Amino acid sequence: MSNKDTNPLKGAQVSQGSTFLSRLKMGLRQHRLECQKGIAEIFRAPISSLMTIAVLAIALALPAGFHVFLKNAQSVSSGWDNATQISLFLKLTVSEQQAIGLRGELEKSSKVAKVELISREQGLAEFRELSGFGEALSFLNDNPLPATLVVTPSTAFSDPQTSEALLNELQALPEVDLAQLDLQWVRKLYSMMAIAERAVSALGLLLGIAVLLIVGNTIRLAIQNKREEIQIIKLVGATDAFIRRPFLYSGIWYGVFAGVLAWIMVNTSVFWLKEPVRNLAGLYQSQFQLSGLNFLEALQLVGVATGLGFIGSWFSVGRHIRDIEPT
Amino acid sequence: MIQFNEVSKRYPNGHEGLRNVSFNLGNGEMSFLTGHSGAGKSTLLKLICVMEKPTSGQVIIDGRNVGRVSRRKIPYIRRNIGMIFQDHRLLFDRTVFDNVALPLIISGYPHREIGRRVRAALDKVGLLSKEKLYPIMLSGGEQQRVGIARAVVNKPPLLLADEPTGNLDPELSAEIMSLFEQFNQVGVSVLIASHDLGLIARLPYRVMTLKEGQLIHDGLQQGASA
Repeated sequence: MSNKDTNPLKGAQVSQGSTFLSRLKMGLRQHRLECQKGIAEIFRAPISSLMTIAVLAIALALPAGFHVFLKNAQSVSSGWDNATQISLFLKLTVSEQQAIGLRGELEKSSKVAKVELISREQGLAEFRELSGFGEALSFLNDNPLPATLVVTPSTAFSDPQTSEALLNELQALPEVDLAQLDLQWVRKLYSMMAIAERAVSALGLLLGIAVLLIVGNTIRLAIQNKREEIQIIKLVGATDAFIRRPFLYSGIWYGVFAGVLAWIMVNTSVFWLKEPVRNLAGLYQSQFQLSGLNFLEALQLVGVATGLGFIGSWFSVGRHIRDIEPT
Repeated sequence: MIQFNEVSKRYPNGHEGLRNVSFNLGNGEMSFLTGHSGAGKSTLLKLICVMEKPTSGQVIIDGRNVGRVSRRKIPYIRRNIGMIFQDHRLLFDRTVFDNVALPLIISGYPHREIGRRVRAALDKVGLLSKEKLYPIMLSGGEQQRVGIARAVVNKPPLLLADEPTGNLDPELSAEIMSLFEQFNQVGVSVLIASHDLGLIARLPYRVMTLKEGQLIHDGLQQGASA
């Protein structure tokens, strides 16, 4: 408090009290003003700012959109994990009666949820219909297709290990020629999605760098436009930090606006696709509904955008404000 | 307040701005700095407000050797120097009030204090009624007075003026000079660079004359000989 007297020529600089609280209050007020200045800077040239924000938003919306796509793909396929099925191709010597008997036996097992019998005739009819060999098949003297039991394991026997064990057990049955686990394609799908996830991450990284560069360049131009003003403020005794702050706030605001716009873009696209996707899902007897970014994800998107805006402007102001010296 | 010890300044292009200049401006002293354009007046002022650093010699402001201060400390030195420019250097997108408030905002003064001090400074230069106007709406003399209000608003112990009456008619020039005298009377050190010899000759202050970077005269009056 007594530092009032250390420099008599400076007069009553601290006459209002230099308590920590009053300094904090002043500092916060100053930050609020600079925050407003940052936003005013964006609104000063609304069209060009809007274009910058749109470019940033598109760069953000692309990875966010792919993320939504993947998320939906995962929610569709997550049900398929339990859709493990084991096809039992019975020996040709097994009669229809025996097959029905076997089905009854299997259905009693606790390891099995459901058994469906496809008789030799049904199999042939299905094959004729689906393969397009219709006419050619009628030249066959004999039905080459075996009767098939499609076994759906109970939940406890659906995961890869237990279903594998069940498969071996079923394979050992005397009536069974070949037991096949229809799991390979689900695995393939999952590994494809893992690749897609990586690709989205890489894309997100690249576009994140693009956002940094765009914000950095925009702020650089803003700094150059204010060259003279910065010189004057430096002459009057402003520190680099003081000059930096409004530009940093500008960068943050660019990030916030771009993030919100990206969110709107993604969810509008999802909304636009919702109806056709529901129709398609309906054709597959599915209740699946396309979902957009939820609140938490939207918050993350805006948060990341804000962070990128801040970092981009930080790099820019650090370099360029230093270079401007009064002459 | 200002002490130059054998200061030389050579620019990267080989031009010698100052050659072996030594002088001392005491606390509360007022002095003119004169000479033809290119004689080194601007270089001397730039050395004081650390826009340039001396090639050799020492520039000591308020007991601090400014040739040695780090980049980060420069703003704090400038806050103790009120600077007035021939071209005013005002911010044209801000009101008169905001222009004058700038040094206080930079130093982080409390809000109420800022309003009080800005109005006091504007009152001093007779522009209190124009605080809400933009500089572009003012005459040249009024703009210069806004610049002066900005220079004195945080009560710096030293005022530097570079051709403050450069574009003004004699009557306005005399008015501006009397303002500087008033500040000097309350203890502020004042250094005014000017080639308006007629005006200087009428005032009883120390005159330093530069010629080709050298201090060829330092004392009362006789500035007219340069």
